[in-house]
Amino acid sequence: MQPFTYQRAQTPQEAAQAAQKHPHARFIAGGTNLLDLMKHQVETPPHLIDVNHIGLDKITSAGDGLRIGALVRNTDLAADVRIRRDYPVLSRALLAGASAQLRNKATTAGNLLQRTRCPYFYDTSKPCNKRKPGSGCSAIGGYERNLGILGVSDACIATHPSDMAVAMRVLDAQVETISPDGSQRTIPIADLHRLPGHTPHLETNLKPGELITHVTLPKPVGGRQTYIKVRDRASYAFAAVSMAAVQLPDGRFQFAFGGLAPKPWRVEGAQNAEQILAGARTTPQNAFKKTLASRLITSALQGVKLP
Amino acid sequence: MKFTAPAGPNPIDQGKVIGHPHDRIDGRAKVTGTAAYAYERNQLAPNAAYGVMVGSTIATGKITRIDTSRAEAAPGVLGVVTYKNAGKLRKARSHAARLLAGPQVEHFDQSVALVVAETFEQARHAAKLVRVDYAPVQGRYDLAAEKANAKVPKAGQFGPSDSQTGDFESAFGRAPVTVDSTFTTPDQSHMMMEPHASIAAWHGDQLLLWTSNQMIAWAVHDTSEILGIRPEKIHVSSPFIGGGFGGKLWVRSDAILAALGARLIKRPVKVALTRAQVPNNTTHRPATIQRVRLGADPDGKLQAIAHESWSGNLNSFREERAGSQTRLLYAGANRLVTHRLADLDLPEGNAMRAPGEAVGHLSLEVAMDELAEKLNLDPVQLRVLNDVQYDPEKGPERPFSSRKLVECLQEGARRFGWSKRNPKPAQIRDGNWLIGLGVSSALRNNPTKESEARVRVDKHGKITVESDMTDIGTGSYTILAQTAAEMMGVPLHHVTVKLAESHYPVSCGSGGQFGGNSSASSVYAACVRLRQALAHKAGWDIEATTFEDGKMSCAGQSMPLAQAAGPKGLSAQDKIEFGDTQKKWAQSSFGAHFVEVGVHRVTGETRIRRLLGVFTAGRILNPKTARSQLIGAMAKGIGAALCEELVVDKRHGYFVNHDLAEYHVPVHADIPHTEVVILEEIDDKSSPMKAKGVGELGICGIGAAVANAIYNATGIRLRDYPFTPDKLLDHLPPV
Ligand SMILES: Cc1cc2nc3c(=O)[nH]c(=O)nc-3n(C[C@H](O)[C@H](O)[C@H](O)COP(=O)(O)OP(=O)(O)OC[C@H]3O[C@@H](n4cnc5c(N)ncnc54)[C@H](O)[C@@H]3O)c2cc1C
Ligand code: SF4
Repeated sequence: MQPFTYQRAQTPQEAAQAAQKHPHARFIAGGTNLLDLMKHQVETPPHLIDVNHIGLDKITSAGDGLRIGALVRNTDLAADVRIRRDYPVLSRALLAGASAQLRNKATTAGNLLQRTRCPYFYDTSKPCNKRKPGSGCSAIGGYERNLGILGVSDACIATHPSDMAVAMRVLDAQVETISPDGSQRTIPIADLHRLPGHTPHLETNLKPGELITHVTLPKPVGGRQTYIKVRDRASYAFAAVSMAAVQLPDGRFQFAFGGLAPKPWRVEGAQNAEQILAGARTTPQNAFKKTLASRLITSALQGVKLP
Repeated sequence: MKFTAPAGPNPIDQGKVIGHPHDRIDGRAKVTGTAAYAYERNQLAPNAAYGVMVGSTIATGKITRIDTSRAEAAPGVLGVVTYKNAGKLRKARSHAARLLAGPQVEHFDQSVALVVAETFEQARHAAKLVRVDYAPVQGRYDLAAEKANAKVPKAGQFGPSDSQTGDFESAFGRAPVTVDSTFTTPDQSHMMMEPHASIAAWHGDQLLLWTSNQMIAWAVHDTSEILGIRPEKIHVSSPFIGGGFGGKLWVRSDAILAALGARLIKRPVKVALTRAQVPNNTTHRPATIQRVRLGADPDGKLQAIAHESWSGNLNSFREERAGSQTRLLYAGANRLVTHRLADLDLPEGNAMRAPGEAVGHLSLEVAMDELAEKLNLDPVQLRVLNDVQYDPEKGPERPFSSRKLVECLQEGARRFGWSKRNPKPAQIRDGNWLIGLGVSSALRNNPTKESEARVRVDKHGKITVESDMTDIGTGSYTILAQTAAEMMGVPLHHVTVKLAESHYPVSCGSGGQFGGNSSASSVYAACVRLRQALAHKAGWDIEATTFEDGKMSCAGQSMPLAQAAGPKGLSAQDKIEFGDTQKKWAQSSFGAHFVEVGVHRVTGETRIRRLLGVFTAGRILNPKTARSQLIGAMAKGIGAALCEELVVDKRHGYFVNHDLAEYHVPVHADIPHTEVVILEEIDDKSSPMKAKGVGELGICGIGAAVANAIYNATGIRLRDYPFTPDKLLDHLPPV
């Protein structure tokens, strides 16, 4: 780990401004991802801005929906009665993630911005375009089994590992931010993450120093909501494939997927596997993900109750 | 004591303390955090500096330049060890590769430097500043590709690699019902809870090594060989060990680098490997390719059995003996077991819990299931039919010391409700889950090993046992205390057990499931001597003297042990030796696993629903610690079946998934309530304790039972472990 300086921000504004003052600084929330990356020196921020005390740890009503503070812990979010009642797919996705100890620390914003679990990304002895632009991708042609098949590029086939984000994507959540100049904006979750293209190191559309303050959920859509996570062991493993499915009261489906792509994957309006998995780029190791996703979609469409 | 003939009645038979489920006597210290593990023995070396190991980032090649100047200039750094300043180091014969590379690099993450600093953080930071340039060369990293080049391994400690009885090929050719199947098992990591860790300090030319090691005498020996110092100058201490599973049978880089670092900076140094360093810097269980051929009569009697196994290792080091159990498990006149070894430039492959048998059952016991189906026989019945009470290679002249495989199978079948199993696969469903049952036999050899202990009685009548035996979480402290308490007729809390110091008598150590039986036998032997000494001192006839309730009694007289010991106390030491008992009797512990799985019809996920193991292992010294060993091993066996795999990057020659997030050991949610039944057995030919090894038995066979249950659930026969969902998906019916 590289030596770094540390400051504790008291307000969102202060945090964003501090980020402008310290180029390459990182916000630290639960630290469950950032600290690991720092220990491996995948990330080497010279300055950390602790955002745990900026007062964004509440879930409040916002119109017909909910407004979730960026620092609300995954455990608290999953347990909230309003979430469990009106957005059950989100609660289930959260509980499918990590372990109880990690969820107690992990925050809403941190979870959205956690980085890929590609093993070569963590291993600084190997080339990785995401870690070191232009150095090459070690995963392609190597251990690719759990890497992506949709939205990937020749430069990077990593996936976004979050469960929570998949549910938020199916629910059309929005991300609220504040920038160092004090300006605020709202980004649809669909636009938060970028696809790798030639620049896999650029993962989101956030600007330098832009801080996530809230995530808002629109009016509950009702219907039948499920979250299925398929993995190699019964708990405490990242998804091979996960699916958030909502069957709306009018019978139509909304799907979003984890484990397949560099961002929570959703094809707007798609009602079958073919549409959703169009353009999938598989390798012998990860071709199973396509089969698996397709089986999940088919069973959801048939009304099979999973798991 | 020379143990050469079956044991007669002895005080252990009383079963007043032995055989009772006492809690571990070190349990409280462990769960309250007061047991000091190697890295935490700060009071012994309060001024220890911190060392962080730097591993090679190439697998095969040469170091061309090593620049430590930036690391040395970093804050807090006290010194950097590399091959340039380490002095002459030899490779221990028990290692495949050297523990410090340079200039040659033999495997990925082989240590190239140790950075020592005032704090851990400083050392870790400076470790990243060591610059090493390499000239890599292409190595061999793919077992399947090297299989054709595999050779007959040189005969090692386990004897010749091949065995042949009768004429397998022609018997197999004639057999009306045959199975010919090939299996693969991947590399696996021990992933014990405590990574390798040591603190080293030099007192003049004496080296003190506080470490985490299963075999104290080997540690002394190997350290002496590597550093070129005399064994008497080395003191090794390892009283608490956070698991080993074979990964700590030999000193590893943490210990040697700590010693080198301490010598360099003239101050104690502590080194712990990180979790990510464990898979590539240390040893692992090597991958295998196994071909099993079985030929049987229509009535199910095996006529021909062949088990051929291929594994790879660094520098032709040693083969994985996957055929071990096949030499003994079933009858059959025509047999062939071979092992071939390919040169691979991956990290050293070596013993991991039940080496050989753990992976060997994964193929043999699935092939038996295939055969049962072809014969239209129940798989339990097929195994019972082919039971044999003697070593089937040697014939009736070498009977088993005890063998209750059939009893295990039948009792298990009864308890599990095996008769309700539908032999036709893919018939039972529970919601989305396809349900199946599977069975497997279990055999793990019962090696016995010379072991020595000292027992003392003091003026208060309290007993102290000393031996360099280790407790790797298995319960050695407890069973040795129980043995001494039984022998000396005192309550358990009057016994103190001191282990794992190299100045204590040399024990068998912990490995190969010989530890409990052999070391308890050494305590037995030392107690026999102490009883003799006490009787002799009192002028009593030892034959007529009994030890009970803290007293010794003879011919109507009685004396408290405290008095008998006298003001100075009395001590005795003895070594148990097993002569040719292993030659005379085949010795193994046995069991049967029964598993119920659910396979998700949509996702291909396999989850265990029920599991039962029925075992026999001679006298059970402590049913609680024995059960813990069995359920732990069963959980590990489920890992081998469903999720554990070190993934080889065949381009770069290393294990990619080198952490616990990506190397998947089973978690609690994977293991349902585990039912363990231990059948009564007394094995008087194994040792005076009449016990057999139990620590590795549970891992043998359970993975095959899972495979067989998956087949019963789905009709899909999997032969490439582990059975992750991707292996099933293409074979499951459409949703
Ligand atoms: C062993 C293990 C298993 C796991 N398994 C799963 C799993 O199965 N499913 C799953 O979904 N996740 C899993 N996780 C990941 C876990 O959910 C994330 O680590 C966690 O959600 C990150 O939240 P955090 O608050 O700790 O983020 P941090 O580590 O504090 O931060 C992560 C990133 O977000 C940035 N950040 C934090 N807050 C803000 C903000 N307000 N505005 C802008 N940027 C911000 C940080 O700068 C950093 O770049 C696992 C993690 C581990 C270690
Ligand atoms: S897939 Fe992406 S993250 Fe992984 S090695 Fe390639 S570039 Fe790096």
